[in-house]
Amino acid sequence: MPTVTLTVNGRSVTADVDSRTLLVQMLRETLHLTGTHVGCDTSQCGACVVHVDGKAVKSCTTLAVQCDGASVVTIEGLAQDGKLHPMQEAFREHHGLQCGFCTPGMIMSAVDIVNRKGIVDEATIREELEGNICRCTGYHNIVRAVEAGAKAMVSGTPVRQAAE
Amino acid sequence: MTVTAIGAAVRRKEDHRFITGKGQYTDDINRPGQTHAYFLRSPHAHANLKKIDLSKAKAMPGVVAIYTGDDVAADKIGGLICGWMIHSKDGTPMRAGPHPILAQGKVRYVGDHVAVVIAETLSQAKDAAEAIVVDYDVLPAVVEAGKAQAKGAPQVHTEAPANTVYDWHIGDKAATEAAFKAAKHVTKLDIVNNRLVPNAMEPRAAIGEYDAGNDALTLHTTSQNPHVARLVLSAFIGIAPEHKLRVIAPDVGGGFGSKIFIYAEETVCVWAARKCGRPVKWTADRTEEFLCVAHGRDHVTRAELAIDADGKITGLRAKTIANMGAYLSTFASSVPTYLYATLLSGQYAIPNIYCEVDAVYTNTAPVDAYRGAGRPEATFVVERLVETAAREIGMDPAAFRRRNFITKFPHQTPVIMTYDCGDYKASLTKAMEMADVKGFGKRRREAARRGKLRGLGYSTYIEACGIAPSQAVGSLGAGVGLWESAEVRVNPVGTVEILTGSHSHGQGHETTFAQLVSSRLGISIDNVSIVHGDTDKVQFGMGTYGSRSGAVGMSAISKALDKIEAKAKKVAAHVLEAAEADIDFKDGKFTVKGTDKAVDFGTVALNAYIAHKFNPQELEPGLKEGSFYDPTNFTFPAGCHICEIEVDQETGVARIVKWTAVDDFGNVINPMIVEGQVHGGIAQGVGQALLEGTVYTADGQLVTASYMDYAMPRAHDLPSFEVGMTVTPCPSNPLGIKGCGEAGAIAAPAAVINALTDALGTEDVPMPATPLALWSIIAKQSKAAIAAE
Amino acid sequence: MYPFKYQKAATVRGAVSLLKKAEEPKLLAGGHTLLPTMKQRLASPKTLIDLSAAGLSGIEQKGRSIVIGAMTTHAEVANSPVVQQAIPALAKLAGHIGDPQVRHRGTIGGSVANNDPAADYPAALMALGAVVHTSKRKIPAEEFFAGMFSTALDEDEIITKVAFPIPSKAAYVKFPNPASRYAIVGVFVAKKGSNVRVAVTGAGSNGVFRHEAMEQALAKRFNPKSLEGIATPAADMNGDIHASADYRAHLVGVIARRAVAAATA
Repeated sequence: MPTVTLTVNGRSVTADVDSRTLLVQMLRETLHLTGTHVGCDTSQCGACVVHVDGKAVKSCTTLAVQCDGASVVTIEGLAQDGKLHPMQEAFREHHGLQCGFCTPGMIMSAVDIVNRKGIVDEATIREELEGNICRCTGYHNIVRAVEAGAKAMVSGTPVRQAAE
Repeated sequence: MTVTAIGAAVRRKEDHRFITGKGQYTDDINRPGQTHAYFLRSPHAHANLKKIDLSKAKAMPGVVAIYTGDDVAADKIGGLICGWMIHSKDGTPMRAGPHPILAQGKVRYVGDHVAVVIAETLSQAKDAAEAIVVDYDVLPAVVEAGKAQAKGAPQVHTEAPANTVYDWHIGDKAATEAAFKAAKHVTKLDIVNNRLVPNAMEPRAAIGEYDAGNDALTLHTTSQNPHVARLVLSAFIGIAPEHKLRVIAPDVGGGFGSKIFIYAEETVCVWAARKCGRPVKWTADRTEEFLCVAHGRDHVTRAELAIDADGKITGLRAKTIANMGAYLSTFASSVPTYLYATLLSGQYAIPNIYCEVDAVYTNTAPVDAYRGAGRPEATFVVERLVETAAREIGMDPAAFRRRNFITKFPHQTPVIMTYDCGDYKASLTKAMEMADVKGFGKRRREAARRGKLRGLGYSTYIEACGIAPSQAVGSLGAGVGLWESAEVRVNPVGTVEILTGSHSHGQGHETTFAQLVSSRLGISIDNVSIVHGDTDKVQFGMGTYGSRSGAVGMSAISKALDKIEAKAKKVAAHVLEAAEADIDFKDGKFTVKGTDKAVDFGTVALNAYIAHKFNPQELEPGLKEGSFYDPTNFTFPAGCHICEIEVDQETGVARIVKWTAVDDFGNVINPMIVEGQVHGGIAQGVGQALLEGTVYTADGQLVTASYMDYAMPRAHDLPSFEVGMTVTPCPSNPLGIKGCGEAGAIAAPAAVINALTDALGTEDVPMPATPLALWSIIAKQSKAAIAAE
Repeated sequence: MYPFKYQKAATVRGAVSLLKKAEEPKLLAGGHTLLPTMKQRLASPKTLIDLSAAGLSGIEQKGRSIVIGAMTTHAEVANSPVVQQAIPALAKLAGHIGDPQVRHRGTIGGSVANNDPAADYPAALMALGAVVHTSKRKIPAEEFFAGMFSTALDEDEIITKVAFPIPSKAAYVKFPNPASRYAIVGVFVAKKGSNVRVAVTGAGSNGVFRHEAMEQALAKRFNPKSLEGIATPAADMNGDIHASADYRAHLVGVIARRAVAAATA
């Protein structure tokens, strides 16, 4: 079995995995990081989105062995020193989640959007969320959350103030 | 200590675990010694099972056990049930075929469960399933509801001749016929309400586990109502007595009705766990979910509206054929009957209504309640008829609605329901203002200059929810009562646990319910926790569906809080050394009338437990109360949604440019959460109207079995929504709540199609109104126009 | 997925030698078509040869061409200042393949080698007259695409890069499938001197094709109006639940006009 070494949420981990192990399986089953979800298997719903070397990818369509040596950030690694990431704050503040199942992938995608594009308008956010499906919210409040999260990420002001 | 008032848009308490990846859904749970189940599913829509050869598969690596329908029968495990008895016109009970958890002799739809393989890993289970050799005798299949009753159609169950489960009716046929005879104008529509796949983002999952030491079973499952699951598994299927079966529904990633029902997979997991002595886990992949989750809608209807010379509606009649799929799911029979035809009066004073419903078996996935359940179908019939009728008689659709609105309450409709309150003109007027209906003509002309056809459509919907008064539904055939339970446990330090029979799978109960407690007891919502979803922790409850958690579940909490307050006053009287009658309770403080003597809630709670200050013969120690609340009526949320849409003439692509929703949900506990429910409901309704089509081939293969072919609404398919509210408090429950969970999904499809028919100038627009469908209409119109020249 | 052996090639030569000797091998680029197919157990290679370390990534301008390494991701093409400057239509096309996460993994080489009839890149290659460089030879796009999911590649041949001649005007417009978001119809138009090419993906029953009638009309006058009245035979079109052959044939005309309008805007 191939040995895979990853830096996950800042910690180095090494595991022997079957070559067919998907990144999401290694995260969920080997590392017990169950915040990353599987919703569709055809790389459309985005519940499985994590960052690999700083880029959002679908971990259900990536082999763990492909990521050997990579740095992976999951939803569990977004908050730093017990302080929520501004995008996490924004999702709570703007009620951008209901059942919570798509939320980890949605937040990871949202952070990636802002990393790539900075402050974005509604139309861009809706287009950039192409790869994330939510069945609960109708996206209305997700869009509000990403707008606010983007402002907070870029300006450094807390979400509550940025939202007001 | 901060009190959170009713009506405050407080942020959700449950969010922290979800936004940090710490939610715990069923598939996140693993049990020691766990095995993995994989279901071998029928590739055929209809076939006799001649032989199942397991010999090769059983020898495969990692296989723990393989079971088929024979093993189920040998263990005398019963079939899945349908818990609502419907009687046909002639009084005979519905004709239901058996619904085994593993097929016995016959498979009836693609995905039907042929065998379960239990192995050390999922891959091994799949490998072994491929090695099972099944000899199918393939039979012709019937797929469409409209064809199921035809002479010579393949028979799905011998118990149901002509595939007819029941032919049911409601209303006064003769009076309605007379109304149509006397009508000045009759509007007729043929309506197909398209089949939908619920698609909660969390696929269904289950883990069955057996504790041999105590001869007890535990089932973790994606359920909206774990107690009902336990009741069915125990009393009807015979898995284990209720006290030996614990059902846990942990965090559940959306339900929309699809997780109400008791399915084959979780039943097999819990049965097999005892049989093979190991925990058995199953998680659906998305395609399994498409194949086997209970679908929604799928009605074919002929509907007519009678109108007199004054533009008053005098009658409505409808004949509906409802597709039940291959088996009757848990509540399937009630959806196209009591949840549908009883709402055919809409918001209108219609003196005569008659509706016939035939429920038919087909070789497709079972159909049951999906967000709205019957009420979206009813609203679609009524609102399409009303909009069309107004256009046909040359009246403004809003004015036609106003002329026919019910204005006096209570109002008895001809189809059972007694509407208790509402103000339909108020929501219509407010919505029209918010939507700037006055400026629509200008916007339409501007759109035309850009090559776009712009339309505006209304949906003034009503629903019956707060499901439901037990006696009433019992008289209509329900197998259970539909009350809800609550227990309020006050701890000695004054913190509170609420045990509720409701179940949250996205609705925010942990926040909303805590708000109620906070406002009543004057304690912080942080000092309130909500316990739900575990039959070992929570008293029997009926779960969450039918927009009932607020109106019914919170009413139960409210009643239990009444009892807490009454008892606490007794304790406070002892603490304050005053007469009980002189004790007032307000803002978390007990005071003695006319004095400045006061004690806070926490101190009273502590005194209730230390019990030093009262005589146990007068007052029991402790502070814990329960309530079973049974509603006295349904609740009737209603409102007006207005959709404004543009169609690209060249491509047929429709884009919603403006959405206005004004809803009357009675009193609102948390407007942020309520608006979120409205948004999500609209998105699902828009999905039905524009995107989501479930397609089976004529031989029963599901074409739309993944997100590659089933179009889910994405962010760019939808606009932002303008949401407003009007309030007429519900008179039938202590909180004045009506419920909000389904409104959007009920209102939206008719609003979209009414807007599209307005834009295109034809009433014949199907759902989903895909670009292909709309372009086909436009192309036909332009051909006809050319021919006419 | 069925079990397979995973091997990472350090060079193209190494990858070719693995292709020749490994048991039932498949090349792994971004994996965004191959892995879902394998997950559904519809493909069962015994060996996966990962090309990510074979030095095939990168974008450069060489003379009047843009040369893109086979393992360059869609996101890299979309965000490349070189591509944006020289062939903005190509950057835009790459920026609308799949979704942002797919674009971070999916590669031009993988897309071209797979030749999905609804993929976007084949239209760009055909319209721009691109040349596919392989471990063995250079293949003009025209000869490379050989019908649905089929190419001129030999079993032991690996795409190394794709060279796109820089056009004077070009645009790509896609009409996406409402579910999968693949192209129902995608039209790439390119003008270079007096030469005009119109390539259509998503629509044709035999994969990407050039629309000669449109090319001739546009060569005379490069204007959307030139396309009026040019029919596309429905008999040559795909039909499915989302778009009938008639509808696709109609859309080819509409989308082509919009593409020309975008190219001349």
